[in-house]
Amino acid sequence: MKRVITTTVINQSGVLNRVTGLLMKRQFNIESISVGHTEQPGMSKMTFVVNVEDAGKLEQLLKQLQKQIDVIKVNDITDKAMVMRELAIVKVVSPPAVRNELYAIVEPFRATVVDMSKNVTTFQVAGDPEKIEAFIDLMRPYGIKEVTRTGVSAFVRETQKTPAAQLSIL
Amino acid sequence: MGVNVEVREVVEQKLKGSGAEILIQSLKEQGVEVIFGYPGGAVLPIYDALHRNPIRHVLARHEQGAIHAAEGYARVSGKTGVVLATSGPGATNLVTGIADAMLDSLPLVVFTGQVASTVIGTDAFQEADIIGITQPITKHNYQVKNVEDFPRIIKEAFYIASTGRPGPVVVDIPKDISNGLLMNYVDEEVNLPGYQPTTQPNYLQIQKAALAISNSRKPLILAGAGVLAAKAASELREFVERHNVPITNTLLGLGSIDGNHNLFLGMAGMHGTYTANTAICECDVLLNIGARFDDRLTGNLAHFAPNAKVIHIDIDPAEIGKNVPTAIPIVADAGEALRALLNQDIESPDTAEWLASLAANKTEYPLQYKADKERGILPQQAIELIHRLTGGDAIVTTDVGQHQMWAAQYYKFNHPHNWVTSGGLGTMGFGFPAAIGAQLARPDEKVISIVGDAGFQMTLQELSLLQELRLPVKVVIMNNQSLGMVRQWQETFYEERYSQSLIHVQPDFVKMAEAYDIAGYKVETMEQAEAVFKEAFESNEPCLIDCRTVQMENVYPMVAPGKGLNEMIGVKNE
Repeated sequence: MKRVITTTVINQSGVLNRVTGLLMKRQFNIESISVGHTEQPGMSKMTFVVNVEDAGKLEQLLKQLQKQIDVIKVNDITDKAMVMRELAIVKVVSPPAVRNELYAIVEPFRATVVDMSKNVTTFQVAGDPEKIEAFIDLMRPYGIKEVTRTGVSAFVRETQKTPAAQLSIL
Repeated sequence: MGVNVEVREVVEQKLKGSGAEILIQSLKEQGVEVIFGYPGGAVLPIYDALHRNPIRHVLARHEQGAIHAAEGYARVSGKTGVVLATSGPGATNLVTGIADAMLDSLPLVVFTGQVASTVIGTDAFQEADIIGITQPITKHNYQVKNVEDFPRIIKEAFYIASTGRPGPVVVDIPKDISNGLLMNYVDEEVNLPGYQPTTQPNYLQIQKAALAISNSRKPLILAGAGVLAAKAASELREFVERHNVPITNTLLGLGSIDGNHNLFLGMAGMHGTYTANTAICECDVLLNIGARFDDRLTGNLAHFAPNAKVIHIDIDPAEIGKNVPTAIPIVADAGEALRALLNQDIESPDTAEWLASLAANKTEYPLQYKADKERGILPQQAIELIHRLTGGDAIVTTDVGQHQMWAAQYYKFNHPHNWVTSGGLGTMGFGFPAAIGAQLARPDEKVISIVGDAGFQMTLQELSLLQELRLPVKVVIMNNQSLGMVRQWQETFYEERYSQSLIHVQPDFVKMAEAYDIAGYKVETMEQAEAVFKEAFESNEPCLIDCRTVQMENVYPMVAPGKGLNEMIGVKNE
C-alpha cells in the first residue's frame, strides 16, 4: 500500500542521506521524496511516498524514522484530509498543426507553457500525482521528449472530517 | 569611545585551547578512565594533546583490537567505551567493532581523525568517508565542521551513546578542527529535541501486564541484555522469586539471573535447552524484558510461543512488534518497568503444576554429552572444568561459534555483567581483545577468554597487550583444528562436505605465547587440563592454554534454521 509520510528534520548536513539510507537498510521502497525549508529556521520538511506491504511494516518504518536523532516529528498523513501537490515539467513535440489541439487538452489541467521552440512546447503542471499522471498520459500520443517531476509535497488540512485511526503507538 | 569598547571585547576573548586540547579536556570531564586507540597522521594533534595532558591510553596493535577491547570494557563496567583512531584505514578498521556494538547495544564513543576540511572530498591521502560508511551501523554520527561546535558534539555523543538503548556514536574530526583554536564558548546543556528516550513505563500498561501474569497458569519470563543494561538483575530476581515465575535467557541476557537458580531454565533459542524452548512453546504468558526477539532466539516465527499472550518491555519502541505480535507493549527502561511491576499488589499466579512439568523436563532432558577418555577432551567438559575451578565467578569472554554456545550452556554465571560475547554480529576475533578491555575495567577479577582456534587467530596480535600490561587474562583456546560451527553445519546440512572448514596447519600456540613472554600450555587430556587450568587460574600472570578438543563434536540440542523451537534435534543421546 502507498503511504504519504511527512517528517520534520533538523536541517543538518547528511540528514537526507540518513533518512534515505535508513529506508534502504530496512528495505523500504521510496516512490518519491521532496525536501525543503520550513517556516522555522534550521528545520526542514521531507515528504515521501513509500510502498509498504502491511500495517506492521508501516509501523516499523515510522518507528525507525522516529529513532533518528535528527528527526523531530514523523506523521503518516495518508488517511487524513490533506493537500498533496507535485510539479511536473513536460516537453511535448508540437508541430504547428497540432498545437491548438494540444492547448485545448492542456487547458482543463491549468498547465502553463513555460518554454517554446519551433516544434517543442514545454508545459508546467501542478497537482496531485494522479492529475500529473493523467496529464502525461494525454500528452504521450503527441510524443513526449522529456519529463521531470518534483515528487510530492503534502500538508494536512486545517479541518479534518473524521479523526483518522492511529496506526502507530508513537 | 568606540576604540575602548573594542579593546575590552578582545580582552574578554579567552583562548580555550585547540580542538585537540578541548577533546582531551572534555574526555576528562566525562570521567573517561581509558582510551583504546592507535595513532596516525590525522590524529597527530590529538595524540600530542594527550601527551601533554595524559589520560590512560591503551595502544592496541590493530584498531579492531582497540574497539573490541572498548566493547569488553563497556560490557562489564556499564561505562562508555572510548576509541580513538586515525582517518582512512584507521577508521575503516573499526567498522566491524562499530557494527558489533550497534547490534549488541554497547555504549561507545568512537573518535576518528579525518583529513583537513579543505581537502575532504578530493580523495586525499588516508581519506575515507567514515560518516557515510558508519551511518547505518551507528546510533548517530557527527563530523565536526566548526571548532565552536566541538565541545557540544562531544557532550552529545556521550549522552546519546549511554542513554536510552545504548549504542556506538562516531565523531569524525578533521585535522584542521583538532588544530583549530577555540576562543570563549558558551557551555550548553545537551538539547536534542529529536532524542527523548522513554524510560518510565505507562502505568496502565504495567497494570495490564501485572494482571496478565497474575491470571496466568503458565507464565514465563524471557530476560535479555536490556535487564543488564538497566542494571536491574536484583529487581528481576525479586520479581521471579516473589511470583514463582520460571525464567529463561537470551544469549546476551545470561547472568541476569543466577545460572543455578531453581527457576532458571537455561538459555533459549537455537542451542537453548529443551526445557527453555519447550516452555516458550507452552507458556500462556510470555514476559519479555529487554530482549529483541532475535531470529536465533525465536526460530521460525510461525511456531514461536503459539499459546502465549506476549508482554514486551523494551526501551526501544521500534523493537516492539518488530518480529513477534505483542499484546501488551511497554516502552520503558527494564529497571523502571520491573520496579513498577514490583509495586503492583497482585496475587502470584498458581504455577505449581507448570513448575513441576518444567522440573520434569529438566531432569528428563538435561544438557548432555558423551564423555569418552579415548577420544580426548570434550569441549563441554573443558567448560565445565573452567566453571568448577572459577566457581562461576569469573568474567568470561568468547568469540562466536561452537565454543561460544558451549560456554553459554555450561558456564553458569553467579553474577550479572560477567558475560562478554558477540551476539548479534557474531564476530570472530572479538573475545580475546574484549577480555583485555574487561580486565582493564575490573583489574582485580578473574577474566577467562574462551576462544576458538580460528577466531583467536583473527586478533591474536593483541597478545602484545598482555605482554606489555601484564594483564592476568587467561586465554583458553578450544582448539578443534576447525571452524567448528561451519563444520557442524556442513556435516548436518551439506552431507559432510567440509569445504574450507578443517584447518590442518596451525602455529605452535605455546611457542607463540612464549614469543610474547606469556606462559603457554598445551593440554590433551582431562587430567592435564585439570592440573594446568588450576595452576593457570591461580596465577596472577597472563597465560595461554592450547586446549586440544575433539574435532567432530557438535553443539546440541539444536533448532535447525527455519524450524520452530518445538523441532529440536540432539535432545537426547541414544
